[in-house]
Amino acid sequence: MRRGTWLLLFAIGCAGSQSVLDPAGPPNRSLNHLFWAMLIVASVIWIAVVVAAFWAALSRRRITREDLEPIITVPNEEHRRHTGIVTGLVGATIVILLLFLVYDFTVGRALAERPSRTLTIEIIGHQWWWEVHYVDPDPSKIVVDANELHIPAGEPVQVKLSSRDVIHSFWVPNLIGKRDLIPGYTSSLFLNADRAGVYRAQCAEFCGTEHAKMALPVVVHSRNDFAAWLSEARAPAAVPNDSSARDGRQVFLAGPCSSCHAITGEPAYGTVGPNLTHLASRKTLGAGTLPNTRGNLGGWVVDPQSIKPGVRMPSNQLAAKDLRNLLDYLQTLK
Amino acid sequence: MSSRSNGWRATCSALIGILLLSACERENRRFQENPPTATPTSTALIVSDLQPGPGMVIPKVEAPYDDNAWAVSEGKSLFNSMNCSGCHFQGGGGIGPPLMDEEWIYGYEPQQIFASIADGRPNGMPAWKYSLSTQQIWELVSYVRSLSGLNPKGARSGRDDHMMRKTPEASTPNAVPKMSSTPPEDSA
Amino acid sequence: MTDPIRRLPPNESAVAAPGVLPGARPTTLSDEVVLADAAALELTWADKPGLWGWLTAVDHKTIAKRYIFTAFLMFIAGGIEAALMRMQLSRPENTLIGPDRYNQLFTVHGTTMMFLFAVPIMTAMGLYFVPLMVGARSIAFPRLNAFGYYTYLMGVLFMYVSLFINMGPDAGWTSYPPLSGPQFSPGHRIDVWAQVVTFTEIAALAAAVNIIVTTFKMRAPGMSLNRIPLFVWAQVTVAFMIIFAMPAVATASTLQLASDRAVGTHWFNPSEGGDALLWQHIFWFFGHPEVYIIFLPALGFITSIVETFSRRRVFGYTAIVLANITTGFFAFGLWVHHMFATPIPELGQSLFTAASMVIAVPTGVQIFCWLVTMFSGRPRLTTAMLFILGFFFTFVNGGLTGVMLASVAFDKQVHDTFFVVAHFHYVLLGGGVMPLFAAFYFWFPKVTGRMLSETLGRWHAWLFIVGINVAFFPMHFLGLNGMPRRVYTYLAETGWGPLNELATIGAVIAVLGVAVFIVNAAISWRGGLFAGANPWDSYGLEWATPSPAPSYNFVNTPVVLGRHPLWDTGSPLPVVTGLRTDRREVLVTTTFDAQPDSRHKHPTGSIWPLVLALVMAELWIGSIFTPWAVLGGLGLTLLGMLGWGLQSVREQDVERVDTGAEIVEAA
Repeated sequence: MRRGTWLLLFAIGCAGSQSVLDPAGPPNRSLNHLFWAMLIVASVIWIAVVVAAFWAALSRRRITREDLEPIITVPNEEHRRHTGIVTGLVGATIVILLLFLVYDFTVGRALAERPSRTLTIEIIGHQWWWEVHYVDPDPSKIVVDANELHIPAGEPVQVKLSSRDVIHSFWVPNLIGKRDLIPGYTSSLFLNADRAGVYRAQCAEFCGTEHAKMALPVVVHSRNDFAAWLSEARAPAAVPNDSSARDGRQVFLAGPCSSCHAITGEPAYGTVGPNLTHLASRKTLGAGTLPNTRGNLGGWVVDPQSIKPGVRMPSNQLAAKDLRNLLDYLQTLK
Repeated sequence: MSSRSNGWRATCSALIGILLLSACERENRRFQENPPTATPTSTALIVSDLQPGPGMVIPKVEAPYDDNAWAVSEGKSLFNSMNCSGCHFQGGGGIGPPLMDEEWIYGYEPQQIFASIADGRPNGMPAWKYSLSTQQIWELVSYVRSLSGLNPKGARSGRDDHMMRKTPEASTPNAVPKMSSTPPEDSA
Repeated sequence: MTDPIRRLPPNESAVAAPGVLPGARPTTLSDEVVLADAAALELTWADKPGLWGWLTAVDHKTIAKRYIFTAFLMFIAGGIEAALMRMQLSRPENTLIGPDRYNQLFTVHGTTMMFLFAVPIMTAMGLYFVPLMVGARSIAFPRLNAFGYYTYLMGVLFMYVSLFINMGPDAGWTSYPPLSGPQFSPGHRIDVWAQVVTFTEIAALAAAVNIIVTTFKMRAPGMSLNRIPLFVWAQVTVAFMIIFAMPAVATASTLQLASDRAVGTHWFNPSEGGDALLWQHIFWFFGHPEVYIIFLPALGFITSIVETFSRRRVFGYTAIVLANITTGFFAFGLWVHHMFATPIPELGQSLFTAASMVIAVPTGVQIFCWLVTMFSGRPRLTTAMLFILGFFFTFVNGGLTGVMLASVAFDKQVHDTFFVVAHFHYVLLGGGVMPLFAAFYFWFPKVTGRMLSETLGRWHAWLFIVGINVAFFPMHFLGLNGMPRRVYTYLAETGWGPLNELATIGAVIAVLGVAVFIVNAAISWRGGLFAGANPWDSYGLEWATPSPAPSYNFVNTPVVLGRHPLWDTGSPLPVVTGLRTDRREVLVTTTFDAQPDSRHKHPTGSIWPLVLALVMAELWIGSIFTPWAVLGGLGLTLLGMLGWGLQSVREQDVERVDTGAEIVEAA
């Protein structure tokens, strides 16, 4: 297949969970057709121009003394021929550009279509993490989550984007092109995935010190899985049973954690940092910076500044026992 | 000639030195450091110049971030996110005392402000030492001082990207701080 | 297309002369007269010796040399920053440079390359060669020219002193608010950026005005508009673009951003009725033309070099001039393609897509014209031509990805990724720097009187062209694989490591290439082969005077009878005489036909440009720290202007007299 050939040619494959060229939904698939069409035409033009330039420069070496004489008089016939060639080439350029334009408009129109009834998710950009709200007309069913986006496959999802501080940009390469989150503007984007999997989104507009570590895993579920996930996500956190986790809960609520982080169902309301109600079920920590393991979580709690220098979370000095208990508690937050 | 060039070199290095000193601290971003452990030893409160007995000598603790623009701005964002404005209203005062005027009830020296934030004060000021790290409290100290122009101007914040309820700190005239004799009102 | 120009035999030049200069009578100049004139002119035109002379110099060649030298230093500085960034990115989760430093590095790299290297060096090439190419004694406003250079120098010093004291700007060379605004960029880092931009704007405007007036009023007799060298046409187009583009960024950075930061205005604060997008519109209204401000002069270099080494007059002179002007015009109509990811209505975006595609046409016209010229000529593969081939190889690639980026749907995918980084480096290195290196090899003999080594030149060319392509080609794939730009590190599981390592290797090769060039220039400056007046047997007026060009440029102003003076007429050229040799005097000609119009007394050296640049630097740098510096600086600036003006008034006596010029036949 055409794409297979190209992948071979490029040696290093472009497939992956954060790749434009590995579409996981219809919009990006039609965009990929546009891309490959433009790329092939452009490559042909590039090769033609380069070959022409090298051939022109290398083929006609000077031999005689007369060759040194500058050519100032060009016979009319030759001049006409050259004019014809250049006019033809310019004409061809214009035709190719027109074709590109028409193709682009066709794809663009298709992408700009707005589905009527969809699931709506609000994404709010912060320095340097993502706040995610699963909107529902019933206020009790609203889910506030962070740093992970869950969507169902096979139906369009409207994502409403806004920012609390500076400009960020929301971009899931496998699904569709990016959209900026600009303070003072709310913009929206339709995600339409048809292949379940985990994709990686990353902030694409420079947003300050830790712009590089502001990623967002995007989990595409099958429809049924998504419904199950959503109802699970609506459940508030429960008070844990085992004693060390219960002590950890105390550490969380009495210590500095709760002044910035919220846990639904607990007296922790901070909105400065990400909501931690489902922390343990997330795949990553620190907005896609670390895999979510107990060791990483401990490191993150104690010394986030050496993992993500400049992040708003301060270092926390905890007694070893408190830290153990806190981790026990945090790991119950499924 | 050599002495002239030596003098020239000395002047140059002096100038560069001044430049380095003045700019370096202001522009520094100390993300990770052992928090200034100088949790002030004496947080004694002076409310008046008239005191019984010999004059108290309070060891002066320099605010570690007074001259650091980034830390002051972090202090500002903490001021907003910890809802200090809920009582102090952007520094203008309301439920709590104003912070942008020249009057200080519990002292304007860095360690006194530190104590006010860390340990709390009567009539409703909570103790923040359980919720904030020492570093964060020091950032708040410098921000609070900047509200009435007690820290160097270059390190103060400019306007917010919000509705502006007051002059930016950087444009606030420097106040001459004084101790207020009025006891804190119970304005609730 | 135009009629072919014939090579004029000497007797025809005499026939043509009365048409050029009514009433002129042909005479012949003896060698003794020429030598005596040259000696007198040298006394009159040379800058004073010593430190004072150095500070008061106004010779356009001296100033342009300083400009080129400083700007090239900036290229090296920007290159070092790029190399450091490549080192940091060569492997995932590298800890060589932390985020705070890295963000300063890429911001200063971008600002240096765009504001302190590319635009200044391109205009400086114009400041050096435009007067020589149009056969003028000097540039129109030499003191303004010196002022422009010193202003630019202040910007350079300010930027780099700031970087070394940890005050380097760190919000990207585009400095989008609110990130660059007072709340999210505390301290003075961004103020440095805003004021450095101011410095370079002023410098660019000074250069633009100079180039326009020199071209339109000081051309050699006979050089009517349709005989102006294409190099000069490119420079004039760019000068007009500078005049329209620079005020936009001046408004955005100096007025709006700086006042938002210093005195708390709300231009970009949406909560108080400002708009964060406003910046992007104004900035890119300047920022897109900026690319063509860098690129069009390079096209001028290419035409000169292709013509000379193909031994054929360029095909399609008129088409190239029109293409230049069209590019300059359309360049202002496509800024929104930098903003496709923002909430701008689709219909508006489509308009800018179309405009972005249209601009490929005039560039295509020029490329096709050069190809035809090379095909029907007899090209010689010198180092300069090697770089032109590098241009074709590299720039055309960048141009084509540019056409792809015009598509909104595709642009939204790769906008702000390494694909775009690859694209604009292909365009700017291929379309700007490679022609610039070609121009260095081509005109170095004119500037220094010595030839650059061709052997080292070939090493330079191959290392540089290969290095650049190895460094930037992989970035296309990185971008498509999701790597955003302006990241100081990336995770190993993204799989971006190997391609990044390859890019770093390419960067090392390119750096080696530039190192070879530096060695080459250092050796050849004093030890290269002597060049003579016209080493390449080229056609332009700049080759009709000795190398290096004397302070007065030409003993007698040449008369131009075609587009390729030295090829059309042969050397020596017919000249006009009648300008005084005992004081600085230039010949002013009419705008369209370049008929002699008047003699104009020309300014001598002056210290005021330096003084004024210093006090204005005080104004802008001081304004960062206190608004009062603006008042003080304005006062000082007024004093500086007064001093400058008084000196001019004292010296002023413009003689608007009949030229009394004599046409002199070639000896």
